[in-house]
Amino acid sequence: MDIKDKILKIVPEVTFTEQGDTVAVVPLASFRKLAEALRHDPEDAMDFMRDIVGMDWGETLGALYYLESTTSNRRITLRTETDNRENPVIPSVCDLWATAQIKEREAHDFFGIIFTGNPDLRRLFLREDWVGYPFRKDYDMKSNPLNMTNEEDDDVAPTYELGSKGELICGKNVVFAPEEFVINMGPQHPSTHGALRMRISLDGETVKRVDPVCGYIHRGIEKMNESLTYPQTLALTDRLDYLSAHQSRHALCMCIEKAAGIEISERAKYIRTIMDELQRIDSHLLYFSCLVLDMGGFTPFFYGFREREMVLDIFEETTGGRLIQNYNMIGGVQADLHPDFQKKVKAFIKHMRGIVHEYHEIFTGNVIVTSRMKGVGVLSREDVISYGATGGTGRASGWSNDVRKHHPYGVYDKVEFKEILRTEGDSFARYMVRMDEIMESLHIIEQLIDNIPEGEYRVKTKPIIRVPEGIYSQSVETSRGEFDVILESHGDKSPYRLHYRSACLPLVHTLDKACRGWKIADLIVIGASIDLVIPDIDR
Amino acid sequence: MGMKQPKIRSMKYEEFKNNDYLEHMVEELREQGVNVAVSKLDDLINWGRSNSVWSFLLGTSCCAIEFMALGAARYDMARFGFEVTRNSPRQGDVLLVMGTITHRCAPLMKRLYDQLAEPKYVIAVGGCTISGGPFKNSYHVVDGINQIVPVDVYIPGCPPRPEAFYYGLMQLQRKIKLEHFFGGVNRKQPKPEED
Repeated sequence: MDIKDKILKIVPEVTFTEQGDTVAVVPLASFRKLAEALRHDPEDAMDFMRDIVGMDWGETLGALYYLESTTSNRRITLRTETDNRENPVIPSVCDLWATAQIKEREAHDFFGIIFTGNPDLRRLFLREDWVGYPFRKDYDMKSNPLNMTNEEDDDVAPTYELGSKGELICGKNVVFAPEEFVINMGPQHPSTHGALRMRISLDGETVKRVDPVCGYIHRGIEKMNESLTYPQTLALTDRLDYLSAHQSRHALCMCIEKAAGIEISERAKYIRTIMDELQRIDSHLLYFSCLVLDMGGFTPFFYGFREREMVLDIFEETTGGRLIQNYNMIGGVQADLHPDFQKKVKAFIKHMRGIVHEYHEIFTGNVIVTSRMKGVGVLSREDVISYGATGGTGRASGWSNDVRKHHPYGVYDKVEFKEILRTEGDSFARYMVRMDEIMESLHIIEQLIDNIPEGEYRVKTKPIIRVPEGIYSQSVETSRGEFDVILESHGDKSPYRLHYRSACLPLVHTLDKACRGWKIADLIVIGASIDLVIPDIDR
Repeated sequence: MGMKQPKIRSMKYEEFKNNDYLEHMVEELREQGVNVAVSKLDDLINWGRSNSVWSFLLGTSCCAIEFMALGAARYDMARFGFEVTRNSPRQGDVLLVMGTITHRCAPLMKRLYDQLAEPKYVIAVGGCTISGGPFKNSYHVVDGINQIVPVDVYIPGCPPRPEAFYYGLMQLQRKIKLEHFFGGVNRKQPKPEED
């Protein structure tokens, strides 16, 4: 049955908008009913929640819900609006999808939307004493000057319920009880891979609860985008997940091109795909180095960086940048490939294939590694889907979630490659998925490198790019999981709202699930194996 | 008597671009005046200090990854004497701030700076730390950490190349070599006011 008919059968009042993506506009009163029906649909359950995007539509606030089925990979977007601005209330769906808990916290932090029934509606990125909601259109940018006083953490989280007359009842939910032993880790800690802070409740050495505190690198990129023109917004995507710089920028470029109706050349598609895969290798090599370093090994760190420098050299010759390349542009790529590009890439493939055994000899088979990683931090398939933990973390638990396979972009539909899946769901499986993906990426590049078609690398675009009104989205598989760009345009030269689905925010949310019951020392290994990049979480 | 020059083995004095501020420091040193024995002892201590700068890392984003490349085999920062990186403020000499400092992180950075033992230095790495960089207009980004802590060396770039890191770290070494260790105070930081 068509998804539209199915929705109309459940709630007949739903209307559909077709500007850009198909969006089902759901009245607030029947939203919860529709969500439950879609989630528990017996034949094609929408069990993966990609994202919740808070919105400010002037008169009202609201949210977009991006859902996907893991069996048929069909997607649907729901849109619901609050009644007014003063008292914006939406029923929570965090009992249906675990990931909704943190996504609703994000929307609450930025827009002040109250999700009734969410057990933990603290602020997520901003300080507890922050005034106002920055993503609202009427927010005064100067209302929160730099506050140098030290922050106090609340151990009690507010929750909201609707009373019988429609009034809000504020409840309290204890995060950490006064008798609990809570230690603080980060934001200045070498094993958090950036400025992540965690509060960890311990029973002896055993982790009872992990409460991630985000926002130490929250730069408000999404809000900044609203005052930038489309070509200007590109530069900030590289700074989100700097180890997936090509891929995130690729997503934004594709989204704008799709919306503005720009057709790019076949050559540009090939170049982008090859660069994406090189970036994936670069990121996974760094993952290997960091994981080893966090576990106390030093020599394998040099191995990872030795090959990584070769990839960076290839990047640098063509793009001019090592870590952040600023290479994708609307309409293609910034510059043509360097004449030595193909030669060097082929040499690298040969070298990498010949040397990867060193990685496995020194690290993978090591008895300390095996005992610290095998069977530790297990996430089940149901968990990863419910938490929305995409990428290697999800695939290590047996969830086939590769965007390159299910929703191909670039030239991924023209190449043959395996999706690496494992079933154990432990730290070791997460590690092995990454190592095998390096080989798979080499295989993809090999098929493309000799067949790059001739043609222009960049088509000419208008000097001022305007995007027709509508809601557009584009997803890519970055090194860490699914990254989505969600763009609402009102026909101007800058976006009305540009939202990024961070691949790492669900991952940091799963840390609590993965670490409970394990020792504090295992937390470091689990965190490293999940592969977090903090600027991507905070945006 | 010729002007005292801070020598670095890896790079000639003339090849550094901004020698004038160092010459200014030398002049200040001379005006204050120290006796020969003490100044020789100063030189000895500064030789030791400048060749074993222990960095204390506050890496919040991209620049920290480039710093990791510095530690790996190709760029190998052990050659210049700053390969020891520490993650505790008790053990560091120089606070390397790598990455954007947001409003939420700023009080923490100040606290880390306060926890460092004297003599201490600060290096601001990357456009974001120096001026807010591309995020200058954001509601949650500090535009320049020099508003919060005194900065000794700025290393611009987004992120800076490893070579730029070296140049910046060598500048710090040269600065350390000219410091007056015994007696006088050669710090930019004003004395804390008594309340």
